[in-house]
Amino acid sequence: MRFPKSQLWLALALVVAGVVSAFSGRINDYFLDVALGAGINIVLAVSLNLINGFTGQFSLGHAGFMAVGAYTSALMTTTFASRLLPLVGGQAWILFPCALLAGGLLAAVAGIAVGAPSLRLKGDYLAIVTLGFGEIIKVVLQNIDVVGAARGLYGVPAHANVFWVFGLAAVTVYVVWALVNSTYGRGFLAVADDEIAAEAMGLDTTRYKVTAFVVGSFFAGLAGGLYAHLKGYINPTGFDFNKSIEIVVIVILGGMGRHVGVVAAAILLSVVMEPLRRFGDYRMILYALLLIVLMLTRPQGLFVWRSGRGTA
Amino acid sequence: MSEFLQQLLNGISMGAIYALIALGYTMVYGVLRFINFAHSDVFMVGSFAAFHVAPRLGSGAVAGGMAILCVAMAASALLGMAIEKLAYKPLRGRSTLTVLITAIGVSLLLQNVGQKVFGAEPKAFPAIFPSRTFHLGTVVVNSTQLVTIATTLLLLAALHVVVHHTRVGIAMRAVSFNATAASLVGINNDRIISFTFALGSALAGAGGVLYALNYPSIDPLMGTLPGLKAFVAAVLGGIGNLAGAALGGLVIGLVETFVSGTRLSTYRDAIAFGILIAILLFRPAGLLGRDRVEKV
Repeated sequence: MRFPKSQLWLALALVVAGVVSAFSGRINDYFLDVALGAGINIVLAVSLNLINGFTGQFSLGHAGFMAVGAYTSALMTTTFASRLLPLVGGQAWILFPCALLAGGLLAAVAGIAVGAPSLRLKGDYLAIVTLGFGEIIKVVLQNIDVVGAARGLYGVPAHANVFWVFGLAAVTVYVVWALVNSTYGRGFLAVADDEIAAEAMGLDTTRYKVTAFVVGSFFAGLAGGLYAHLKGYINPTGFDFNKSIEIVVIVILGGMGRHVGVVAAAILLSVVMEPLRRFGDYRMILYALLLIVLMLTRPQGLFVWRSGRGTA
Repeated sequence: MSEFLQQLLNGISMGAIYALIALGYTMVYGVLRFINFAHSDVFMVGSFAAFHVAPRLGSGAVAGGMAILCVAMAASALLGMAIEKLAYKPLRGRSTLTVLITAIGVSLLLQNVGQKVFGAEPKAFPAIFPSRTFHLGTVVVNSTQLVTIATTLLLLAALHVVVHHTRVGIAMRAVSFNATAASLVGINNDRIISFTFALGSALAGAGGVLYALNYPSIDPLMGTLPGLKAFVAAVLGGIGNLAGAALGGLVIGLVETFVSGTRLSTYRDAIAFGILIAILLFRPAGLLGRDRVEKV
């Protein structure tokens, strides 16, 4: 049986993730934590890249969708675990992927709810609506007692290991890559290049935008689930505007609408920025300056030398 | 009934502040067609400017209060012009997305530099105007609310005169209507844009002072939420429309105040965004805005 090349890469990545996962006990805990954080950032950035980069829309609420996924999956493995476990034969390792999937699906539903009304409008409105959505999610979560309200949700089992994080990162990269490079997916690029022209060619631009939004939200939900099961504790303020901005910075740094650049930027920012954590607030000043200087001098991203897609 | 009147008064004074901020968003959108995310932080700087000059200008008297207000407005206007010159002007003609991202960057920069310069902990804002309470029947009228409403009305009247009865105002409207045609008839677009930023930022600065009078605890992140709500107000009224921004601000202020009086009070901050999503669904051009057909 012959595989197309890209699927071979995906299978290879999954196998490698599985093998590394088996030996992850020998890896330094701190290093492992940073690496897993980088993996989750890859999922977040690549999925946001589908919306902000390839489709040319501008979402500022990625952390909101992440929160939906994180809370959904965390609830399933903590508060409702006693009721759900018997359904999967008492196996926690089956419940975890189900919880991740449920989180992703619910985030996708939220994506439809937010995207369908707002994506009919121009880009800058979308930015505000998604930002507002993120705020609403935060306020709602802070008011629901089942999820711990402002205190947050404790005791989430640490199911997220190298296999799940990097396996899902590989799946995300593959899905976005395959989607954009399919015949259907050329429509995303057309919407980004010139919406009016795309419409004149007969493309249903709103549908493309909503599709990108829903797929992006789904993966943001998955990433949220991974995040919850990595940290073991989530609270509403962990998914605020600053988190969304962090993901946006990664995408812009990597180059909007670039595959490799965005993955590289996700790793770079997660690993290089890690030592800067002790400078606290200065990190955000650096982020802000990075955004402004990049937009003024290199709007196409750090890792792009040829001119091409994504030159915003 | 008296509770209704009380809430009405509170809502109007809150709405007046939103209206002042919303005008800045709508004016900048009018001439440059992008959302100035940094506007809410200019608002914050306005209230901090007032906080720092208040001890020197003597607060507690009407004249001193007015002087402090003017200083805050001037400081905000300068900041607004500086932001435009340094960050937005080099991007003239680039895609909206590029400018939008830059604006977010400027906003983050102001917030985080503000935390370093002003300190992250909340500060108690002094009562820069004489403070008294009146009782009209059962309704309690606070002098702060009267100052807020009076100042807003005064500024709105001044803005109306500037925009409709001065040469620079006519030029502003011309640039907003058609920037290319405006420059063809000899209007210096860059100067008009700079002036628009100054005007909008001065209003935001005044809004910052009034907000701090009503909620006398200021911190470098205070601008975000009122800024977003004011933006919603601008969209609600029809972005680019000055009267619409004032009306939108009033509506948001009233709705928010009345919601606060109900069981849903903890969802107060989410209401504005609910309104935004509803308005985008049913009337994307806003209450007073007109649909524009885009020419290709």
